[in-house]
Amino acid sequence: MSSSPLVREMIEDATVRDTPPRKRRLGILFWACVGWLILNLLAAILANVLPMKNPFFQDYAVVNASPSLHHLFGTDDLGRDIFSRVVFGSRVSIEVGLGAMFIGFGFGGPLGMLAAYRRGKFDTFLTTFMYIFLAFPAIIATIAVLSFWTPRSLLKIIVVVGIASVPIIYRVIRTATMNIATKDYVIAAKVQGATDRRILVKELLPNVAPIGVSFLLIGVATVITLEGSLAFLGLSVNPPTPSWGNMINESRAILQTNPWLAIFPSVAMCLFLLCLNFIGDRLRSHFDVTEVKL
Amino acid sequence: MARYLVRRLIMLLGIVFVITVGAFYLIHLLPGDPAVVILGTGDSPLNRAKLFAQLGLNKPIYEQYFVWMGNIIHGNLGTSFISQTPVWGTIKSALPIDLELMVISQILAFAAAIPLAMRSAKKPDGWLDRILSAGSFTLLSIPSFIAIVLLVLFVAIDLGVPHTGVSSYVGLSTDWIGNLESLSLPSFVLAVGSFVVYYRVLRSDLIATLQEEYITMARSKGISQRRILWRHALRPSSVALLGTAGVNIGGLLAGGFIVQYLLDIPGLGYTLISAIGLSDYLVVQGIVLVVCVGVILINFFFDFVINIVDPRISRE
Repeated sequence: MSSSPLVREMIEDATVRDTPPRKRRLGILFWACVGWLILNLLAAILANVLPMKNPFFQDYAVVNASPSLHHLFGTDDLGRDIFSRVVFGSRVSIEVGLGAMFIGFGFGGPLGMLAAYRRGKFDTFLTTFMYIFLAFPAIIATIAVLSFWTPRSLLKIIVVVGIASVPIIYRVIRTATMNIATKDYVIAAKVQGATDRRILVKELLPNVAPIGVSFLLIGVATVITLEGSLAFLGLSVNPPTPSWGNMINESRAILQTNPWLAIFPSVAMCLFLLCLNFIGDRLRSHFDVTEVKL
Repeated sequence: MARYLVRRLIMLLGIVFVITVGAFYLIHLLPGDPAVVILGTGDSPLNRAKLFAQLGLNKPIYEQYFVWMGNIIHGNLGTSFISQTPVWGTIKSALPIDLELMVISQILAFAAAIPLAMRSAKKPDGWLDRILSAGSFTLLSIPSFIAIVLLVLFVAIDLGVPHTGVSSYVGLSTDWIGNLESLSLPSFVLAVGSFVVYYRVLRSDLIATLQEEYITMARSKGISQRRILWRHALRPSSVALLGTAGVNIGGLLAGGFIVQYLLDIPGLGYTLISAIGLSDYLVVQGIVLVVCVGVILINFFFDFVINIVDPRISRE
């Protein structure tokens, strides 16, 4: 997780001081990216219902075909339709990305907010603990655990990656909450005798949420990249289940005879990641508190 | 400064301790008989007896840890039950390749990032800045494995750059030109990845630094733009750059595995992945340990360098 440069910029931004946010329009490119993501999500959800070819059906009459009207993206070395495999493959990426971030935010989010709000021994202990875990290279740890925790399944990948992402999410949420917890309106609420629960839910949460959401998007992109790397190492879902990483990996052996098998999943993955990163980055600067990062 | 470094060093030792415990207990955290996992495909009564003697598996767990740790301090990471070679020897032959890759890619990345970031920061939102910013953002979203597959497909095959097969890797001592040729593709991919990060960090930091009052002061004295950038702005801005470089280089040691695996460069990453494929537990454990400690040492080293560049940090 910690290797993503955007994540690091996030953390720096979460720590900077506060000036009133500037009103800024999100721009057409932003909404284009949102549209593309929604299109991808819908395709992944409705893949079974849409009139698409079976991603597992092997048609030996058309092996390694180029794109045509019949096979939009061509076929792979077993005669399977690349288009429907790309669409079905997006499911794995999206599931891993969202699932891992669900676990990460489920633990890291509340803990980070609580630690920043309560401070004291609880905070010191938890923060030290998390920093030690941050020092552990998450990629290596993930590979090491997944390689010996057999048999592999999608759920295990989600759990391992999710747990590995907890410390960094904790760190971002904690710094973001700390900036807000010292603001006048929070102190005012405290003076008025609001309960801790009320302050956390009504005062802090709405202000931490924007930072959380933009971090979530960048986090999903990072996890999808990680899943792709795992697929190359054969540590992701087992074939014949399609995933973008699996497909690109399979394409390596027949790169010269059938470049389409490498190109389409690569483009699909890069576009998806680009959209996630772009939306996350834009949201961050939209809600951002400083002008340091232009 | 000294106090600061000592504090960091104590923390470093603490983290190393936690990591060794983590690497050690990994096997016990996973379901199943540790002996079966460690032996992998090398499971035979003879090896099993050797393993129990080597690791003291019938002793209590904390004693096992001390036996294991004691061995490691003496440079003994165990002997693989699959290849029957000492793990440390395997690591020692792979490590120089990683170091070489790292050095080449970092030189390339810095050589490109520093001048370009300065150009961008000189005129934020100028045409060059816009192109570079958009380009770097796009590059950021391209995973290294996709970059390699596409580079092999569109560039390496046509130009005849070595791109696959262990045979294409040439050792530095045998033929240095061949060695550089075989490392050109992986170092390029790693360099691009690092360049993007360094460029973005240095650019935004330089823009902030150039708004400082002492820069205005220098300008009003009539010092040339070039001199202001190199002499006055680079040093304060390089703190962020060095901090990022520390994390990034640490990440390269761990994250370069995919590049090595795809291009068959027999470095640590490649060795790690083939060990996973063979279920060679001791090799995996050894590499995980070496990489983790390496990452932490690199971070410590960069902390030290940052302190020299900006001594104010340790006084806080």
